[in-house]
Amino acid sequence: MSAVKLRNRHLLGLEGMSKEEVNLILDTAVSFKEVLERPIKKVPPLQGKTIVNLFFEPSTRTRISFELAERRLSADVVSFATAGSSVSKGETLKDTARNIEAMKIDMVVIRHSAAGAAHFLSRVVAANVINAGDGAHEHPTQALLDMFTLREKHGSLEGLKVCIVGDILHSRVARSNIFGLKTMGADVSLCGPATLIPRGIEKLGVKVYHDLEEVVPHVDALNVLRIQLERQKGGFFPSLREYHRFFGVTKDKVARASKPITIMHPGPINRDVELSADLADSEHSVILQQVTNGVAIRMAVLYLLGTMNQENARV
Amino acid sequence: MKKTKIIDGAGFKRTVDRLAHEVVEKNKGAENLVLVGIRTRGEYLARRIAKKIEEREGKEIPVGILDITLYRDDLRARLDQPQLKSTEILFDITGKIVVLVDDVLFTGRTIRAALNALMDLGRPSLIQLLVLIDRGHRELPVKADFAGKNVPTSLKQEITVNMMEIDREDAVFLIDREEAQL
Repeated sequence: MSAVKLRNRHLLGLEGMSKEEVNLILDTAVSFKEVLERPIKKVPPLQGKTIVNLFFEPSTRTRISFELAERRLSADVVSFATAGSSVSKGETLKDTARNIEAMKIDMVVIRHSAAGAAHFLSRVVAANVINAGDGAHEHPTQALLDMFTLREKHGSLEGLKVCIVGDILHSRVARSNIFGLKTMGADVSLCGPATLIPRGIEKLGVKVYHDLEEVVPHVDALNVLRIQLERQKGGFFPSLREYHRFFGVTKDKVARASKPITIMHPGPINRDVELSADLADSEHSVILQQVTNGVAIRMAVLYLLGTMNQENARV
Repeated sequence: MKKTKIIDGAGFKRTVDRLAHEVVEKNKGAENLVLVGIRTRGEYLARRIAKKIEEREGKEIPVGILDITLYRDDLRARLDQPQLKSTEILFDITGKIVVLVDDVLFTGRTIRAALNALMDLGRPSLIQLLVLIDRGHRELPVKADFAGKNVPTSLKQEITVNMMEIDREDAVFLIDREEAQL
């Protein structure tokens, strides 16, 4: 029997995570997907554990997905959401950490606009910390559910050609996907306007394209990122219409591929901006499967960390 | 370490045949009967018994696989994290006679976990327990309805069940760990 286990008692990012660990999470999620199809979608492994969800940034689906995952593992759940506060963020987080300690909470799920927020928390609290997105740094559970969905659809990630399209510069989803997919042996490329692709990103072993038509003929899947509408004001691209014309993924553009391309999107979609509505709703879109798989992946991560023998784990 | 073979290949086959016969006898046929094996060897045992009953009764017996990892009471105490696998019960157990199948009955804790897991899947009309070996030392009030062989053991002994499907032979061994320490 394989003795693979997670090395870290927190899930802060996919950078540095081994292939065996990623496989362990994905395989564990297969079992939880089966649980989600039962009439009673609840199992007892985290009974008596208390989990707090700290969302310092607005989020609907990630927060609901985590909450569902936690409740289905029988944990007690407290959720705390705030859309930023006037108090300086370092101060708030430090106070929050103290409160968590005082309330004897076992696990913390944190979403924060500052990169490194989850890392900071993991150093100051005894609870297991799960990063639900920190600034433009990482969003590991999103990348894990993307990989799970791709593996389910294509059988294996080894050699799979995946292109991440859009605003790579501000995207934690892109970064986590790059780390995870590269570890799993996938062939990863990026496509977007030069202003939205960080310089030197090729060092991570990815190919960079600025023309969607050049990429489409040789990919198996496109992971289309959300364009944040406020980026237009930042001068990263002239107008949404122009963005759509060059980088919007449409039926016309993917029709040039010799085989059907799997369409993914982390949500929420700006229909007919980064992704055309007909393609989002097409048979090759796995966007809703991503949402379903998100709960299974989060259950897997919570289960693996929550049942880990704490004394035995490396901090 | 002393390793004694207490059931050999032929004995294994006879025991499975008898257990299948007892299940049919007790339930007066195979009507409404389903088998659920506890991973890993309970699954293979359940399949073999189902096959025997099918031969005898001429009707198909649904077989499911139960993974009890999520229901274990020692989940957080163990140093090694048990690998979670899927439960595969592709039929509704509500209203059915469920014969729960495992290779060795020991403390009864696995069976407690399995009963909880089953209850989350539906409401069987009846659950019976079938084991190949009952080695005693119960820690919970659990009793087998069908036992292949009762083997009184000491806590220093171990029972190992080998099955053709994964171990290349059918056999049951009694292992004496005391000898190893001499």
